[in-house]
Amino acid sequence: MKRHLPLGLLVLAIIGVQLLTRATDTAFYLTPLTMTAYYSLVIVGLCLLMGYAGQISLGHAGFFAIGGYLSAMLTTKNLVPFKDNSLISLCDELGLLVHGQDMFGSAFTHVQPWAACVCAVLVTIVVAYAIGIPVLKLKGHYLAMATLGFGIIVYRLALAFPLFGEADGISDVPGFPILPGLAVSGDFSSRVSNYYLAWGMVALAVWLLVNLIHSRVGRALKAIHGAEGAANATGINTSRYKLNTFVLSAVLASIAGIFLTHYNGGIGPSEAGIMKSVRYVAIVAIGGMANLWGALTMGALLNIMSLRGMFGSYDDAVFGAILIVIMLFAPQGLLGISLPAAFKRILRRGE
Amino acid sequence: MTLELFSQYLLAGITYGIIYAIVGIGFNIIYNTTGIINFAQGEFVMLGGMIAISMHQWLPLPLAIVAAVLLVMLIGALVEILFIRWLDRPSVLRMIIITIGISILVREAALHIWGEGVRSLPYFVGNEITTVRILGARVSPQVLWVIGVCTVMVLALSLFFKYTLQGKKMQACAANRVAATLCGISTKNMVTLSFMLSAGIGALAGCVMSPITYTQYDIGTGLAIKGFTVAILGGLGSSMAAVAAGLLLGLIESFSVSVVPLAFQDAISISLLLAILFLRPHGLFGNKDAADLKEF
Amino acid sequence: MLLEINNLSRRFGGLQAVSDASFSVSQGMIKAVIGPNGAGKTTLFNLISGTLPPSSGAIHFKGQPIHGLPPWRIARLGMARTYQNIKLYPGMTALENVMVGRHCRSRAGFISGMLSLPWTKKEENASRAVAMELLALLDIADLAEVEATSLAFGQQRAVEFARALAMEPELLLLDEPAAGLNIYETAEVARLITKINGQGITVLLVEHDMSLVMDISHEIAVLSFGEKIAEGTPAEIQHNKEVIRIYLGEDDA
Repeated sequence: MKRHLPLGLLVLAIIGVQLLTRATDTAFYLTPLTMTAYYSLVIVGLCLLMGYAGQISLGHAGFFAIGGYLSAMLTTKNLVPFKDNSLISLCDELGLLVHGQDMFGSAFTHVQPWAACVCAVLVTIVVAYAIGIPVLKLKGHYLAMATLGFGIIVYRLALAFPLFGEADGISDVPGFPILPGLAVSGDFSSRVSNYYLAWGMVALAVWLLVNLIHSRVGRALKAIHGAEGAANATGINTSRYKLNTFVLSAVLASIAGIFLTHYNGGIGPSEAGIMKSVRYVAIVAIGGMANLWGALTMGALLNIMSLRGMFGSYDDAVFGAILIVIMLFAPQGLLGISLPAAFKRILRRGE
Repeated sequence: MTLELFSQYLLAGITYGIIYAIVGIGFNIIYNTTGIINFAQGEFVMLGGMIAISMHQWLPLPLAIVAAVLLVMLIGALVEILFIRWLDRPSVLRMIIITIGISILVREAALHIWGEGVRSLPYFVGNEITTVRILGARVSPQVLWVIGVCTVMVLALSLFFKYTLQGKKMQACAANRVAATLCGISTKNMVTLSFMLSAGIGALAGCVMSPITYTQYDIGTGLAIKGFTVAILGGLGSSMAAVAAGLLLGLIESFSVSVVPLAFQDAISISLLLAILFLRPHGLFGNKDAADLKEF
Repeated sequence: MLLEINNLSRRFGGLQAVSDASFSVSQGMIKAVIGPNGAGKTTLFNLISGTLPPSSGAIHFKGQPIHGLPPWRIARLGMARTYQNIKLYPGMTALENVMVGRHCRSRAGFISGMLSLPWTKKEENASRAVAMELLALLDIADLAEVEATSLAFGQQRAVEFARALAMEPELLLLDEPAAGLNIYETAEVARLITKINGQGITVLLVEHDMSLVMDISHEIAVLSFGEKIAEGTPAEIQHNKEVIRIYLGEDDA
């Protein structure tokens, strides 16, 4: 099982970092680390799509936002005014709703977080299939623009509706209970458990994707990426495989959005913005398009630095610069670069 | 709808439409010579306005505009030399990502130089309350400047491509780069020229539109998307079609305000883009077989 | 009739690449399609394998109409092909390339792949075994772990051949299998084709090497400027005046 050796290292690293923060009394690092974990879910999914299936997506933040916003909206929208609606009472009987009282003593009814999660993921799947079918027939510039367009539409929709909080987004999102006593939330006291929950999800996702890459499907994806026409003639239904990969990566992004929203207690339209999508693409590019571990490592590094504010007001500019530098000098990603070859290339330019 | 309202929408549509057309033509010029879609096209428009506004602090308006256009053309050349020129047969994906990166850097630089604020050039004639009556509507004379200047640019470009040696050289490059090189045309310089030309027309458009649409560090992205939509709608590579497509988009956007809330206006143009990409990627006037053979 | 082509045509804008071609391939035979360069042979292959849709005409495979079907469907019906300019998958070893050929004979999907279920592992091992056997058949078993596109030309040919065989096809389309090979290698290719034909695989090949064609084909069809101008046994074709004319030119007597 040597393919899972890096996974073992990842698990060790996860545990190690947490113990390190405890030892050096820097437990406040756990928050950006946890957020980074959720962004990493988006990144590994995108890496599968871009690196293995060879399809670019400049709008993946859109899926993140669909998950996050739907989950947030369902768990914060007060359904008490609608309690006589038949659909609402049906949900109530199925145990999908949560009742309680807010700070001021008035009653509220929200959708239960698990139900909201399932609903958000289902919507994501539907949207991903609906968008994916026409979009994946496109290539090159057209594909890039179409995915960009999708991301912008999601962003505009998030900004436009009062239901989604317009420019302010949605806040006061409750925690997501996983097990009795264990919940995904921004609660101070559960920082450590949340850290492990988040990175646990990442480890699980990575395990699944590594398996996939080494399976018949992974081979088919690489074939599609390498020579799509030949793959088709070898009996691979290239359209369906590209579509399923697209949907899989969309679902990963959506799940990341759901849980990060519950962790942060809210979501804003910037999570759907172009800059976030560009950021994800930059990280996959710098990690090496078809390098899951590279993307994970670089993603963790860059996101931590960004979240800790190390890039200051140049945050977006940094990712833009990364994109350019990597694409100019190391299109195979940093970890795939061979220095002697790169030097030779630069010297040859002088001729 | 009253005649006045109709004319208002019509003129707004034409004004914005022709600006989109200019951006679309900018896309086409670079695409024709290099096969690259320059995602940073919209930033040239933004830079034109911003630089002119700064220059206007020291120079009279016409000179400020000329200086801005020349400066942006220089920037266009620099972009080409620094980032594009020395790439060895890059893949489409690589080029897309590089030009996106360039547009981000330019935008962030603009943010740090000029801040987040909204600015504008002064009206060329009169001020913000001067109006003229056209077709029953009251519009700012600036509208005439926009339509006029852009039309002149389009005409000048078509004359340039048809009748001047440089223009014909660029057309040759577009048709067949290898053959052009064999004829002694320096394709490298043609590429730089195409970037400078695109940057220049974008910058000029940015200057004339500034008083009515205002200039802000982040207007580039939206314009790039609309310009791309226009270029595709007209059939990538054809500039006359881009004008028609630009006007069409501008009018659709303008009249859509009467039907959907303003917040959805952007969504309309993007939906149009998606519709075109899905249904007729070779554009309204493009040729399907020719488009299929192009490498994307 | 394993494969039947009726009045097949394909035009590209103003160019008529294939014009009203009709012929058939019976089960178990080796049929060759020959003709000067530009005659439309590769276009014909692209039409049969589904890469290109025909402008008009019909193609029937095993009695079913396949014109207009996507290539993967046709491949699954039992048709495999190789390419004139070899199309191996970069970034994958020779073995992996051949294993892709097993794709249509295996089932593991997304979910079972992600969960790495026991039956998928068994299937993987079976696929690997078959692929290794095929590489051994072609004498390149020792190159199994080498990155496919870094192999020598002749070896890449062999890998593509193995990949096609891995699909367990009933009809094998070979596009210039002997191109770029010397006399000995060509003889080896001839031997191989005859051998797999003996195992029941019908072969349709496009080829320029006349010795190979005349040696192993049961029937030959001749294309010129997109039209079929002759069809028959090797002996008949060798004496056909039209064929001689298009290859050697007019006799200016």
